[in-house]
Amino acid sequence: MVVFFVKRLLMSLLVVLVSTLLMYVLVDIAIDPLFDLRTSTSPNREELIARRVAELRLDEPVLVRYLDWLRGASGCLYGQCDLGSNWQSDQPVTALLGGAILTTIQLVTAATVLAIVLGAFVGIVSALRQYSGFDYSITFLSFLLYSLPVFWVAVLAKVFLAINFNNFLGRDSSTLGWLTVVVVSVFVGLTIMAALGGSRTRRLQVFGAAAGITLVLLVYLNLTNWYANPSIGIVIIALSSVGWAYVMTILSTGLRNRKALYSALTVAALGAVLWLPMLYVWQYARSAGILGWPLVLGLFVVALAVAAGVGYAWGGPDRGSSARTAVLTAIPVSMMLFVDRLLQSWQSYNDNIAIRGRPIATIGRVTPNLQGDFWIQTLDVATHLVLPTATLVLISFATYTRYTRASMLEVMNQDYIRTARSKGLTERTVVMRHAFRNALLPLASIVPVDIITLIGGAVITETVFGWFGMGRLFAASLADNVIDPVMAYILIVGILAVLANFVADLVYAVLDPRIRVAA
Amino acid sequence: MSLPTDPPGTTEDTNENAIELRSVEGLSQGQIVRRKFFRHRGAVVGLATLVGLMVLAYTSIGIFGSPGWWKWDPTTPLPVQNGTDPTLSLPGWLGGSGFAIGDHPFGQDEIGRDIFARTMRGTQTSINIMLLISIVAALVGIVVGALAGFYRGAADNALMRLTDLFLTFPIIVIGAVLGKLAGGSGTLYLGLALGAVSWPTLARLVRGEFLTLREREFVDAARVAGASDIRIMRKHIIPNAMGVIIVNTTLLASAAVLLEVALSYLGFGIRSPDVSLGQMISEYQSAFSTRPWLFWWPGLFIIVIALTVNFIGDGLRDAFDPRQKKIPSEREMRKALQDEKSPAGTTS
Repeated sequence: MVVFFVKRLLMSLLVVLVSTLLMYVLVDIAIDPLFDLRTSTSPNREELIARRVAELRLDEPVLVRYLDWLRGASGCLYGQCDLGSNWQSDQPVTALLGGAILTTIQLVTAATVLAIVLGAFVGIVSALRQYSGFDYSITFLSFLLYSLPVFWVAVLAKVFLAINFNNFLGRDSSTLGWLTVVVVSVFVGLTIMAALGGSRTRRLQVFGAAAGITLVLLVYLNLTNWYANPSIGIVIIALSSVGWAYVMTILSTGLRNRKALYSALTVAALGAVLWLPMLYVWQYARSAGILGWPLVLGLFVVALAVAAGVGYAWGGPDRGSSARTAVLTAIPVSMMLFVDRLLQSWQSYNDNIAIRGRPIATIGRVTPNLQGDFWIQTLDVATHLVLPTATLVLISFATYTRYTRASMLEVMNQDYIRTARSKGLTERTVVMRHAFRNALLPLASIVPVDIITLIGGAVITETVFGWFGMGRLFAASLADNVIDPVMAYILIVGILAVLANFVADLVYAVLDPRIRVAA
Repeated sequence: MSLPTDPPGTTEDTNENAIELRSVEGLSQGQIVRRKFFRHRGAVVGLATLVGLMVLAYTSIGIFGSPGWWKWDPTTPLPVQNGTDPTLSLPGWLGGSGFAIGDHPFGQDEIGRDIFARTMRGTQTSINIMLLISIVAALVGIVVGALAGFYRGAADNALMRLTDLFLTFPIIVIGAVLGKLAGGSGTLYLGLALGAVSWPTLARLVRGEFLTLREREFVDAARVAGASDIRIMRKHIIPNAMGVIIVNTTLLASAAVLLEVALSYLGFGIRSPDVSLGQMISEYQSAFSTRPWLFWWPGLFIIVIALTVNFIGDGLRDAFDPRQKKIPSEREMRKALQDEKSPAGTTS
C-alpha cells in the first residue's frame, strides 16, 4: 500500500512538472508582452521595447525562464513562495492569489456538494421510474442543461433572479399573484406525483396532497409577507421536524421499526424544545465573542452526537439503525434551527446601509464595507453565493443525474437485487440498503473529473459575477499578456486535479473491497 | 431460430430473441443501425432541425463570399428602422399582431447592423467550428487510441500518459491559451487548435475498444491470412469500433459548440470583424435592459445547435447499442399481459 502511494505521488509530481513546462511554453508563445509597444507612436519606442525585453528577460530562452519560475515555485514547499509578479501592476502573484484561491474553492465546493446531492437524488428516482413521464422529463431536462451556455444563463440569472427579484422585494406588497400560486402548486403536485408513481388512485391522492400542501404554504407565505421578511418560527420548525422524523425513518428503516421512529421523533421534539434556549446560547456566544463557524460546526457535531445517544438509548431490534435514523433526523432539524436564527437577522441585513433593500447581489463575493455581526456577514456571503453557485450547479447537475441513473439501472438489474427481493425484503430495504450504496460507488470516479470541469466553469462564472477568484485572475492576466499569474493558476489547478484523482482512487479503494491495490 | 435442445429455463429468452432476430433478418449492420436511429423520435427531430438550421444559415447570407438571399450583410451599419426593435411579429393566434417578417426580423444593434444576418453568420461560425473540431479530434483520437490499444506496452504507456496530461486541466483553460494564440487568425486556425486538445476522452474510449477487439478470433484469422497491422486495424477493428467512435464524436461536437462560444465570450475565441454567437452575447450583454433581443437570439441559437446535436448523439447511442430494444409503452405492456392471462386462464 505504502509503495503504491509513494509511486502515485511521484507520478503525480511528474505530471505536474511536465504539464507546467508544456503550458509555460504554450503561454509564452500565446501572449505578447510587447503588444502595446508595437503600435506605440512614442519617439523612444525602440528604447521602451529594449527596456521591457530586459525587464521580462524576453531575450533569454524560454526554458531558462521556466526553470527560474520553477525554482521560485518550488520555494512554496518550504514556505518561501515566489510565483513571480504581475509586471504591469508590480504586485507579487502570491498576494493576488491569497483571497482568490479561497474564493474559488468556496464557489466550487458549494456547487459540487449541491450538485452531487441533487443530481444523485434525481438520478435515482429517475432510474426507479424508468421510462415513465418523470424519467423522460428528467432526461430532456438534463439534455437541455448540457446544451446551455453557462455565461448566457448567468446573465439571465443576474437579470431575473437578482435585479427583478430585488425589485419585487422593493415593492409595497411583495406577494405572488394568484395565477403564479396555482401554477406552481399544480406543477409541484405533478412532479411529486410523477416521482412517486403508483396506481391511479394513489397518484391522484399524492397529487392532491402535494398540490394542496404547496398551495397552503404559498398562501401562508403571501399572507405573512414572507418574501420581504423571511423567517421560519417555532411552529414551522416543530411541524417540519416531525415531518423530517417520518421521512428519515421511512428512508432509513421503515415505519415498522417503532424504536427508530420514536428515536427520530424524540430528536424532533428535542429540536423544537431547544429552539428558545438556543437563541440565548447564540446571544451569549455573541457577547462572549466566540460566535463563528468553529462554534456552529462544533454545535452541529454535538447535536449529531446527542442524536446518536438518543437513538442508542431507545435501542430496539437494532441499536445501530435507531441511532442512524436519529442522526439523519438531527441533520435537517439542527440546520433549521441555524437558518431560523440566521433569518432573524434578515431585517437588519436588508436595512443595512450597504444593502439598501436589494439583498440578492450580482457582483463580487462580499459587500464591501458591510458592518455587522456574524449573522449579517453570513447572510451576506450566502446572498452573494446563491447565483454563481446556482449557475455552476446547472453544469454538473445534468452529469450527476445521468451518471447516477445509469449506474442505478445497472445495479437494479444485478442478481443480488433479485436475491434480496426473493428473500422477501421490502422494496425500501432493497433500494436503500442494497442498490443505493452500490449505485453511488462509480460516482467516486467522476467527482474529480467533475471538479476539474467546475473549476473551468468557474472561469466563466467568476467573470460574469465579478468575483475576484482564480478563474478571473487567469482570464484577465491572459488577456493582459501577463504570464506569472496565469502560470500560478495553472500550477494550482494542476495540483488540485492530481489531488482530486488521488483522493478518488483512495476513496474507491476504501469503498469497494473488490479493488485491490497492485503495488 | 429456437432450438429444441435448449434448457427449459431459456426458451422464453430464445423466443424473445427470435422475434428480435426476425425483425432484423436479412439486414446489414448499417441498415439495422439506420432503422433504429430513425425510430428514435428525438434524434430524428434533432437531425431535421439541425439540417434546417444549416440550410437557413448557409443560404441566407451566403458562405465564402458568395451572396445569399437575405438582403443585408452582418457588418454594414444600416439606417435604424422601427427604433431598432425586431420587426418579426407572431401570428394572431399566438398573441401577436399578425405574422410579418419585416426588414429586420431580429432587430438591429445600436449602430444599425442587422441582427438576423449577424446571428446567421454566428451560427455558421459555430457549425463550422463544431465540424472542424470534431473531425480533427476524431482523427487524432482514433489514431492515438488505435496505436495505444493495438500495440499496448510502451507505446500504450507513453500515449496514455500524454492523454492524462491533456486531461489535467479544464479544457477551457487550454482552449483559452490556444485561442489567445490562434483566435485572431480566424475560424480555421481556432478550430484546428481546439480540435488538437479535444481528443483525449475519445482516445481513451477507442483504446478500450481496441484492447478488447484485438483479442477476438477474427483478428487472429486476419493475421494468419497474412494481413498487415495497418490492414487489420483499418478493415477489421475500426469498423467494429465505429459505434463508439461515432457516438462519442457526436457528444464531443456538442461540447465543442459550447467551448467555442464560451471562449469567444471570454475574448479568447473568434474576434471581430468575424462574428460568433458567444462574442455577440459578450458584446450585447450590457444592453440587456434596453435591447434584450440582442441577447436572446444568439443564446437561443446556441441552445438549438447544442441540443439537436445532443439528441442526435443519444439516438446514435441507442442505435448502436445491441442491448437497446424498442420499449413497449405502459398500455402495450398491460394489453400484452391481459392477452397472456386470458388464454392461459381458459386452457388450464
